[in-house]
Amino acid sequence: MTKTQEPGAELPLQQQDSVVVRFAGDSGDGMQITGGQFTSTSAAVGNDLATLPDFPAEIRAPAGTRAGVSGFQLCFSSKDIHTPGDRPDALVAMNPAALVVNIKDLKPGGILVINTGAFNDKEYKKAKMADPYTDGTFEGYRLIEVDINKRVAEALEGSPLKPKDVQRCKNFYTLGLMYWLYSRPMQPTEEFLNKKFAKKPELAEANIKAMRAGFNAGDIHQMFQARYQVAKCTELPAGTYRNIMGNEAVALGLTVGAKLCGVKPFLGSYPITPASTILEAMAAQKHHDVMTFQAEDEIAAICSAIGASFAGRLGITTTSGPGLALKTEAMGLAVMTELPLVIVDVQRGGPSTGLPTKTEQADLLQAVFGRNGEAPIPVIAVSTVADAFDCAIEACRIATQYMTPVLLLTDGYIANGSEPWRLPKLEDLPDLKVNFRTEPEGFLPYSRDDKGARPWVKPGTPGMQHRIGGLEKAHLTGDVCYDAENHEFMIHARQEKVMNVRETIKTPEVHGDKDAELLMLGWGSTYGPIADACEMIRGKGHKVARMHLRHVWPLPKGLDEIFSRYKAVLIPEMNMGQLARILRSEYPSQNFLSYSKVQGQPFHSSELAEKAISVLEN
Amino acid sequence: MSEAKTLTKKDFKPDQDVKWCPGCGDYAILNAVQAACANIGTSKENVVFVSGIGCSSRFPYYMDTYGFHTIHGRAPAFATGIKASNPDLTVWLVTGDGDGLSIGGNHLAHVLRRNVDINVLLFNNEIYGLTKGQYSPTSPRGRRTKTSPMGSVDRPFNPVSFALGCNATFVARTIDTHIKHMTDVLEAAAAHKGTSFVEIYQNCVIFNDGAFDDISEKSVRDDKTIDLRAGEKLVYGKEHDKGIAMRGFDPQIVSAADADVWDPTRESSAAAFTMSALDQDPKMPSPIGIFRSVETTTFDADMSAQIAQAVQQKGEGQIKDLIYAGETWEVR
Ligand SMILES: Cc1ncc(C[n+]2csc(CCOP(=O)(O)OP(=O)(O)O)c2C)c(N)n1
Ligand code: SF4
Ligand SMILES: [Mg+2]
Repeated sequence: MTKTQEPGAELPLQQQDSVVVRFAGDSGDGMQITGGQFTSTSAAVGNDLATLPDFPAEIRAPAGTRAGVSGFQLCFSSKDIHTPGDRPDALVAMNPAALVVNIKDLKPGGILVINTGAFNDKEYKKAKMADPYTDGTFEGYRLIEVDINKRVAEALEGSPLKPKDVQRCKNFYTLGLMYWLYSRPMQPTEEFLNKKFAKKPELAEANIKAMRAGFNAGDIHQMFQARYQVAKCTELPAGTYRNIMGNEAVALGLTVGAKLCGVKPFLGSYPITPASTILEAMAAQKHHDVMTFQAEDEIAAICSAIGASFAGRLGITTTSGPGLALKTEAMGLAVMTELPLVIVDVQRGGPSTGLPTKTEQADLLQAVFGRNGEAPIPVIAVSTVADAFDCAIEACRIATQYMTPVLLLTDGYIANGSEPWRLPKLEDLPDLKVNFRTEPEGFLPYSRDDKGARPWVKPGTPGMQHRIGGLEKAHLTGDVCYDAENHEFMIHARQEKVMNVRETIKTPEVHGDKDAELLMLGWGSTYGPIADACEMIRGKGHKVARMHLRHVWPLPKGLDEIFSRYKAVLIPEMNMGQLARILRSEYPSQNFLSYSKVQGQPFHSSELAEKAISVLEN
Repeated sequence: MSEAKTLTKKDFKPDQDVKWCPGCGDYAILNAVQAACANIGTSKENVVFVSGIGCSSRFPYYMDTYGFHTIHGRAPAFATGIKASNPDLTVWLVTGDGDGLSIGGNHLAHVLRRNVDINVLLFNNEIYGLTKGQYSPTSPRGRRTKTSPMGSVDRPFNPVSFALGCNATFVARTIDTHIKHMTDVLEAAAAHKGTSFVEIYQNCVIFNDGAFDDISEKSVRDDKTIDLRAGEKLVYGKEHDKGIAMRGFDPQIVSAADADVWDPTRESSAAAFTMSALDQDPKMPSPIGIFRSVETTTFDADMSAQIAQAVQQKGEGQIKDLIYAGETWEVR
């Protein structure tokens, strides 16, 4: 097909490096699926991308209300990008509530597509807003008015579907229009729909028809000034890629990690947003000998996982902040019994139930210190969607090699976000084979190897019956022991073992200007915003360096020396400065500046850049 | 399972000092369990004792098997993870009335309904022993303890009714001083496939001494208890002259000749439930023995079966299938 035959071919075709689009509508409008399809298609055409789904905690808040607005933002690019973008270039608002909730984020001069079919007094009332035509809301944007309700009805005239079901195809009409605007192929979505509705072909057909109608709506195309194209990204390192979501990457990493250790994974979990999809993903991995157990609560979940580790599987438990709080006592038992265990905390807004569907990093102190007694646990933080896979393997490695619980921190932003993942070559995966002890001769349950780890023995092994538990253990024999000196000895032994993890982790790399006076330091999902912010800062002629921590406990070696190279270390966190607090106590002579944002939303790169520049200029 | 040489009770005793108070009912139970293990003929390495926290929960330290003394109330969850991970293990769970029915009531309910193939022994002394004498969820109303100086106002749990309410597949009760009965019940529990729940009336000599004397004293036991035996008549009394006729939901004391035959294998637990409440009427004997024993699939077997089925349907999963899945593309 030559370009001239394409609908709207008379419009100029503009090349863009990166585009940020946000789809917003009512929870019932199918915005997540629309965004998801735009994402898959952009991945298929070879763009780099990053996504930010943003949905309400209510499954279906009353239709038309602000509480019910669901959004999906993605950035697709011909460049190597790190974030879903601060502000959309184009916003699709399927109803007035979606408009009023999202319009403040749209870039000045941005494209604003509204479904006029839903813009009427009744809907304004539901959204508790004034008529946007009268109060200047649209000023400064390129407004594209489409009565999508009517358009879909026309496109599907004669369809066997009921009018209500016809209206449910609106999102695909919109998707078609946006595919046209950004020169994306429809074929991946057509394949998706045919597969999804294999048993209901009339639904597949209707949605495809709606999408094509949007794509081919010549009269609407005339309202735009141009059509856009975003070329394939060639900056990404060579390799095989697939698009993946954060929780999916965690689920894969845990299972692969366990396999590399030569043990079968056991996941004990209790559903909680935004962690549940890890349990769902692993429940579908049974043919990999993954055992998943949906327990009666988070306590039972972790306890079953510890039991599984005792029995010789690799115990794993996944949760979010409120669940982590419940697991506290059992984590202490895992520390005491020195069994491997991986605990995943997908952080969300807290305290208490907080903001279940929003992101935050406020569980760090809970993760590092939140247990009774001296109960050190290694803590690893995931920085990007793709990094989740590697971090999950790293958690399995540390848990099995050091016979310890390990906490893996991710957050809602990573959990639901997606990006292209460069698939590791199988031969590059580490060999983490575990040796279960089977030799009874000289066996002492609490003897230690050179890393400080005790032997892992499966029940069923002849001649090695032993008892473990939460009471203090005697060094070597593991018998119950209340002796004062032994207790202190064991406290130190457990602490040293965890500190020994530092011997097998690298000092993180510093990126950016060698002679910078400011270091931006992050952990977790601030990676993308910080990386982009540093580019912006340097673009404005300032010098800056950045570094990101994967291991937040124990901290890698060499940090003190690195920090000492800078006048200040700026630490952006989606909490009140928890890492800064830890670092101030670990490295008291350094100058740490905390930059805190606790709004349930990731940092914008631009706000980070502004902050850094203001620090540099003062 | 590895070939078990014939083991005796003594083989199950580890080299650890037992630290319960002299005269505590736990000693007799320990003895009976060691005897039962020897009689069943399991090899020591395939047995795991799991417990929570309490005097009773020290039990695993006194068995020369694998053992896990966990945290308060959560033993059922640990046991579930252990048994599901390795169904070849014989798993025993020891808990107390506080551990199992107060802090751990939730987990106990769920392990029972799931029918994990383990044996649960609930040592009921109607008191918190380890924390030195506070009333428990099985203490009768009015029981004066350190935390109920004017008598407990709580309505107590009946552990057997609780277990039946959770649809447990094997439910029994025995008494620490009734060695022969206890050993028989333990062996029946061990033989059952699925969760076996055994409530053991246990005397705490220190904080609740004599709590069960009115039924367990040798002199009154035969008149004050009735032993539920599968296929046998519901007869009791020193002279074996009294019986129970179920009469729907209103059991009556009748002559031995008119007593009903006890059948714990009924699908419905209604009769067992009625029986569990028998001694709410002070004239009635306290039922001990086997209330319910029905066979059905077990949680651990089903978990393994699903994995086997998935492997059969999709083939044994490889790392490559996990990573190189979905739509992939090449960047050169
Ligand atoms: C989380 C927690 N809460 C409270 C305790 C204190 N505690 C230990 S044992 C116990 C009660 C035990 O009663 P029971 O289960 O009846 O056991 P017994 O000692 O009577 O055998 C309590 C409250 C604890 N160990 N852990
Ligand atoms: S306090 Fe009671 S239950 Fe605990 S060991 Fe002593 S007698 Fe036994
Ligand atoms: Mg008790």
